[in-house]
Amino acid sequence: MLIRHAQDIAPSEITDYQIYLNRRSFLIGMAALALSQTRSAVAAPPAGESLPAARNERFTLEDPSTPLESITTYNNFWEMGPNKDDPARLAHLLKPRPWTVQIDGHVARPRRYDVEELMRLFPLEERVYRLRCVEGWSMVIPWIGYPLASLIKRVEPTSKARFVEFTTLHDPAQFPGQRKSLFSFSSLEWPYVEGLRLDEALHPLTLLTFGLYGQVLPNQDGAPIRIVEPWKYGFKSAKSIVQIRFVSEQPKTAWEKATPKEYGFYSNVNPTVDHPRWSQATERRIGEFRRRKTLMFNGYADQVAALYAGMDLRRDF
Amino acid sequence: MWGVALSPLLLLLYRFLTDRLGPNPISYATNLLGDTTLRLLLANLALTPLRILFGIAWQMSLRRLLGLFAFFYVCLHFTAWIAVDHFFEWGELAPDIAKRPYITVGMLALSLLVPLAATSTSGMIKRLGARNWRRLHRLVYVIGLLAVLHYLWLAKKGVNDPFIYTGVLAVLLSIRLWDWARRKTWLGFQAWRRGGHSPTRTADEMRGA
Repeated sequence: MLIRHAQDIAPSEITDYQIYLNRRSFLIGMAALALSQTRSAVAAPPAGESLPAARNERFTLEDPSTPLESITTYNNFWEMGPNKDDPARLAHLLKPRPWTVQIDGHVARPRRYDVEELMRLFPLEERVYRLRCVEGWSMVIPWIGYPLASLIKRVEPTSKARFVEFTTLHDPAQFPGQRKSLFSFSSLEWPYVEGLRLDEALHPLTLLTFGLYGQVLPNQDGAPIRIVEPWKYGFKSAKSIVQIRFVSEQPKTAWEKATPKEYGFYSNVNPTVDHPRWSQATERRIGEFRRRKTLMFNGYADQVAALYAGMDLRRDF
Repeated sequence: MWGVALSPLLLLLYRFLTDRLGPNPISYATNLLGDTTLRLLLANLALTPLRILFGIAWQMSLRRLLGLFAFFYVCLHFTAWIAVDHFFEWGELAPDIAKRPYITVGMLALSLLVPLAATSTSGMIKRLGARNWRRLHRLVYVIGLLAVLHYLWLAKKGVNDPFIYTGVLAVLLSIRLWDWARRKTWLGFQAWRRGGHSPTRTADEMRGA
């Protein structure tokens, strides 16, 4: 007698052999993803396009430069997110070419420049500057650029121009940090705006910057064009600039708008004026173990103290 | 549970040994230890709400373990700050404890955890008496609030994590509050049914009239 057992598993329920094989590649993919996630904080940056520039011997430092890897994996760039590794992780979303910079306001020769043209207006030079973050850490970075003063003289500010305002690109597609989401409870007001007094902008230390470490600016460091004022806290140095405007009123800067009691217009590095919530007396140089004392104007007092003669730096912090 | 609670420390150790702590290892370690403390505190404060909402109780036995691990991590967090970050610069640190509100509340939360950790043994429960012990350990609500405040007050604008922790703590404490209020009204209702009195008795009723 033939007893027929009902099959426990219908053929339709049996996973196709190809899909079964795919399971393995899926697992490998997941593992690779997990690995890449844990490695992202330390992975070497993709080699940037080289940007040759002669070192300006007047702007060198005894201190060794911070490794490129740290400069490109430990960033504050709120447009990409508030965590230090967000910029390195999300930098690929930013498209630094083609790129134009609008220069306008109280100038005789307003113009929209292509960044490639802007880069070739004056000879590029390498300058090694200290960078002090308001959070209490610091780096030493070999920047590449030319003095902002050269460009300013070329566009001929009028007598009404008393301040210079820098605006960063506002594009949530390229800057995930500018997107609105369920979990962005607090955020800056976009676009990011920074500013300098005209005499600060004309100061020979103020560098219009296109590169670092012999290569074009990595995206996470503010590509394709940023400003660097080494005697001010890092956030004053606007990144990924799309507009430079000459104005008569002191600009309202992004951090000033966000928390006016904590971040003033000047934001000069000053070990004697604390951030309302933490001390600014010391800093940790990235790569060093012990904290070091923070220097007045980040060590550039000789060059810039005169800009603030007679000012109360506690009030105008 | 030991594995889960120890995994952040193991991760730290692994990254330390393989030189993967990133460009600012001290800050990375301090933040990770602080984050873990907060998470363990909140996990601990979630055990009772789980019982209230779903009537499951097996997790209640984890309270001591999670609490002690939270204390363990906050000690590491504190040590990293004092010994590694500031290298025992007491001249700078001591004024900061009083001057910086985020440090003040952090230190307060840490200090309040000490008696709780010290009285975590069964022997201490007996010695104090269950009632006193329970009263003392209600400090954990204050500690949770202080810990969240510590993070809220140190974070820069744009950092959302402290708001998430605050939201979770608010939900957990609300569940307890709601349960407490519900039980109170339920007991009142039963008393009223038994005695035929309204829960709020009149002065005459109180006098037995």
